[in-house]
Amino acid sequence: MGKIVAVTGNEACAQALKQINPDVCAAYPITPATDLMQRFSSYVNNGQVDTELVLVESEHSAMSACIGAAAAGGRVATATSSQGLALMWEMLYIAAGTRLPIIMPLVNRALSAPLNIHGDHSDGMGARDTGWIQLYSENAQEAYDNTIQAFKIAEHMDIRLPAMVCMDGFIVSHSIERVEYIDDADVKNFVGKFQAVNPLLDLDKPKSYGPLILTDLYHEYKRAQHEVMTKVPKVVLEVAAEFEKMTGRKYSLFETYRLEDAEIAIVVMSSAAGTTKDIIDQYRDKGVKIGLLKPRMFRPFPYLEIADALKHLKAIAVLDRADSFGGYGPLFMEIASAVTSMDTKPAMINKIFGLGGRDYLPEQGEHVIDELINVAKTGKVQTVKEYIGVRE
Amino acid sequence: MSKKFWETLPQGSVVLEAGSSAKFKTGGWRSMKPKWIEENCIQCLFCWMYCPDMSVKVTAEGKRAEFNYDYCKGCGICALECPGKKGNKAIVMEEEGK
Repeated sequence: MGKIVAVTGNEACAQALKQINPDVCAAYPITPATDLMQRFSSYVNNGQVDTELVLVESEHSAMSACIGAAAAGGRVATATSSQGLALMWEMLYIAAGTRLPIIMPLVNRALSAPLNIHGDHSDGMGARDTGWIQLYSENAQEAYDNTIQAFKIAEHMDIRLPAMVCMDGFIVSHSIERVEYIDDADVKNFVGKFQAVNPLLDLDKPKSYGPLILTDLYHEYKRAQHEVMTKVPKVVLEVAAEFEKMTGRKYSLFETYRLEDAEIAIVVMSSAAGTTKDIIDQYRDKGVKIGLLKPRMFRPFPYLEIADALKHLKAIAVLDRADSFGGYGPLFMEIASAVTSMDTKPAMINKIFGLGGRDYLPEQGEHVIDELINVAKTGKVQTVKEYIGVRE
Repeated sequence: MSKKFWETLPQGSVVLEAGSSAKFKTGGWRSMKPKWIEENCIQCLFCWMYCPDMSVKVTAEGKRAEFNYDYCKGCGICALECPGKKGNKAIVMEEEGK
């Protein structure tokens, strides 16, 4: 039986890393990173883990060192946030293209300019196309559980891809919540012993990483990379089933809340889903048939499964905590893509909320639901994309 | 079912065969070609030391041998560094294909 504690999301993720005891962590553990790696570095300093902690001069170097350590044959983790992830950009693609299962808790925070390190999804959404698996967490418990599951997903022999475990900056990363920790031995047993694939340190079998692949083969390597992503959902579900057996906590590709008999729904990720569930309860009490869908796995995106869960709806509001300037919100684009497979398409609206740590308040959700009720009634959408919670 | 070509590629584009770059003959990049003039050679082996590739062959006895044109890209460093004999270079660069 595990232990129940009151900790922040960062403490919970650092605890998960401590229990897994990676071979190497390379990190730049000051702002824009959070105290997650700083906490982990004290475990290293206190001898509570065997991890080789490499303190580097930038996030670009942090990911580069992680790539080297993973290619060498180690179990590798790091953590970052905001501009730190942005600085890693080039190396993120290399980690994924080289098929290295590096695990990285990502505290979702805003990108400059203007300078701001409060919670939003701009950083994570910017890394959407890098080839990393992305899991988003609603609270500290999910961030802890997702971190542990991420190792097993990423290191699966059919997958071998890097994975980001995302949680909302400050709202989850720095707020104290009730979290159930799993026993050290159970975590160790769950993630298992690390198995290296083509390790550079296997000196009897010399090999080269990072060759130049030109027009004759690059396209084929990308085809293979696409294929491995298609295998991820099955592994995520298998790992979730095994995790549920151990902890009783249920995970899937996404979570639904009062959605089965709903006529309208809100799609939103991470901590805002918690607030939205409360608002939905209030509207349900008034007789409004509304539900929620909260994507957990954003990459790969489970289009068909989500379409199946949303196909009975008249209208959907997608709430994005990031913007794609000149486009719709990134989550809206995915849900709109999912909807294309439906015979009868629901009306859809997109709300951009909570950028740079702007609080998502119940009144904002209430306004969205009131509009959604009207959209469902008339079938007409006035404005597709709109900012909410803006000072006017 | 037989595998498609892209399914047979090594994971993460790792090259699993040691020394396989020898198969990639880069001499075709060359536009200038070094020519060895043996009578001016003092066997200092500067050319062998300075060659950024391994295109200066040395015999088992440690003597300067002919260039390996399969890999020489014609950078000209050997010709520049060559002290020659009494002011006469033992390596000169010539236009390729002349």
